[in-house]
Amino acid sequence: MTTTLSVENLRVSIPLSAGVLHAVRGISFEVAKGETLCLVGESGCGKSLTSLALMNLLPSRAKRDADRIEFDGTDLLGVGERGMARMRGNSMAMIFQEPMTSLNPAYTIGNQLEEGIRLHKGVSAREARERAVYLLEKVGITAAASRLTQYPHQLSGGLRQRVMIAMALMCGPDLLICDEPTTALDVTIQAQILHLIKDLQREFDMAVILITHDLGVVARVADRVAVMYAGEIIESGDVAEIFSRPTHPYTQGLLNCIPVPGKTRHGERLGTIPGIVPSMIGEMAGCAFANRCSYAQDICQQHVETHTVAPNHAVRCVRAEQVRTVAAGSLA
Amino acid sequence: MLIYTAKRILLAILVSLTVSALVFSLLYLSGDPATALAGERANEADILAIKAAYGFDQPVYVQYFKWLAGAVQGEFGNSVYFRLPVIDLITERLPVTMTLGVCAMAFALLLSIPLGVLAAMYPNSLIDRAALLLAVLGQALPSFWFALMLIVVFAYWFPILPASGSDSWEHFVLPTIVLGYYATPAFMRLTRTGLLDVLSSDYVRTARAKGLRPAKVLFKHALRNAIIPVVSLAAVQFGFMLTGSIIIETVFALHGAGFLAWESISRSDFPTVQAVLLLFSWFYIILTFLADLLNAWLNPRIRVA
Ligand SMILES: Nc1ncnc2c1ncn2[C@@H]1O[C@H](COP(=O)(O)OP(=O)(O)O)[C@@H](O)[C@H]1O
Ligand SMILES: [Mg+2]
Repeated sequence: MTTTLSVENLRVSIPLSAGVLHAVRGISFEVAKGETLCLVGESGCGKSLTSLALMNLLPSRAKRDADRIEFDGTDLLGVGERGMARMRGNSMAMIFQEPMTSLNPAYTIGNQLEEGIRLHKGVSAREARERAVYLLEKVGITAAASRLTQYPHQLSGGLRQRVMIAMALMCGPDLLICDEPTTALDVTIQAQILHLIKDLQREFDMAVILITHDLGVVARVADRVAVMYAGEIIESGDVAEIFSRPTHPYTQGLLNCIPVPGKTRHGERLGTIPGIVPSMIGEMAGCAFANRCSYAQDICQQHVETHTVAPNHAVRCVRAEQVRTVAAGSLA
Repeated sequence: MLIYTAKRILLAILVSLTVSALVFSLLYLSGDPATALAGERANEADILAIKAAYGFDQPVYVQYFKWLAGAVQGEFGNSVYFRLPVIDLITERLPVTMTLGVCAMAFALLLSIPLGVLAAMYPNSLIDRAALLLAVLGQALPSFWFALMLIVVFAYWFPILPASGSDSWEHFVLPTIVLGYYATPAFMRLTRTGLLDVLSSDYVRTARAKGLRPAKVLFKHALRNAIIPVVSLAAVQFGFMLTGSIIIETVFALHGAGFLAWESISRSDFPTVQAVLLLFSWFYIILTFLADLLNAWLNPRIRVA
């Protein structure tokens, strides 16, 4: 499998009056062609900033740092703003969490769908329109041609998100970043949109980074998972492996929080992780989760390396081996 | 859009009628007009004669409807002072006022929108602060004082521009600056806040995520939405400018309708005062109506309302 995107030691910091907010603290991951990587974690753990950092679309005061960000064999750290602009919406595209406000109210759907491809591919107005109609049909919008003249306010949230997906696909990107694409939508529509993204990924053979705080979504679409906590990836690996042998105490806690069909009885309380997420202002020594972790010991206050516990399974926890044995015991 | 337009037209007509009634009643605000017209040495018979001549002996509503019926046909009676049809006086003076208004508006927009855009693109920068200073000054200086300062500097110390009259384009330069400058702060701040808002919006992020060039993001996706409130304000400000032209034209002795209104007030030439006020207000109402239409065109969400 060819690697589409590989990120090494990505950091995002935002200077605030209270100090520097280290929102993303040195994360590394890869996504291959045709693969879906799910970035999962509680709200505020740095998922959106990570995705914006990849596109170099961070808010102006946020600072990005990385050892390497390589996309399609190009070093993104070296291409400059013009080079990034050539790739955005072209070979890498993004869908956002807020379908209601992500389209410009002043222009028609057609206008907004077509402007990117006209810029990047230099196609004629007619070719752009044909592509737009083709993709609107692909994302399951009926009467596609007549939608082109409609304005965003004439469409529902679900339809707008479909339009956003079609828009992202206009130039045939190699990488599609979806930042909580279904969070703002009704449950039934959520499932349809996820299906759609999955289908389109297969059809166009894209690498997809799907960001979510919902492990149910992960189970449905991910090939690989990276679990984020307080700006760090604390566990990553193949989806089956993570779900069957979650190793980081935080991942275990998250998995205890989702209902399991057949296992969780109706009305039963789901588990919650006690404690609160630490402030991300300033440097953090040791494990960020230690203050909420039932396995925590003194050693957890020291620097933690990510290490491999199984093929395709890495964990950032000093006590990973012990946790795995305890967890295995409790499962048996 | 058709229903929207019809609704706006109806509203404009209702407002015009209300305003006309107000303007008409101004006549009686300062006491009996016939007595005022007749002058200090008139006797009872003179006043009665004047009442009959001007129709003041009829019921007020009859007078009003007669006057209004004349007004919609452009018939405002004769000026008491000039003994000429009011409408002729106004049509002679109006071009000067309109030229001044259009120039002042153009000056204000051309100065304030680029400044507002720069201030929004570089918030808290030097340019932002300079623009803010300009806005504060603009709101603090009384217009007649500013006009006099300009006259002192550009007509007296450095005599490059004429201080009074309306014969050439040079006569319009200083009045344009004074009148236009007053609209500048409001336009600039509205552009700045509107644009700052829009620049942090989700759809601008979408536009950037498409890889569009910064200029395209700014002008196509951001400015168009940010400018919508400025359009409404421009119509309102143009109305204010007409009012303002009464002062500015007087200071610069620019022979426009504003100057005519001022002269007529001091001469108790009430048919002329009424006509100027009514025409200014109707003009203002038409402008607001056009601004609404333009707004609806710029902002598709309003069209259905
Ligand atoms: N523009 C910003 N200014 C200041 N803090 C921000 C900004 N954007 C995000 N943050 C902070 O950075 C952290 C990570 O945010 P984000 O990446 O949006 O989280 P997530 O997408 O995982 O919910 C949060 O604590 C958030 O408050
Ligand atoms: Mg987010």
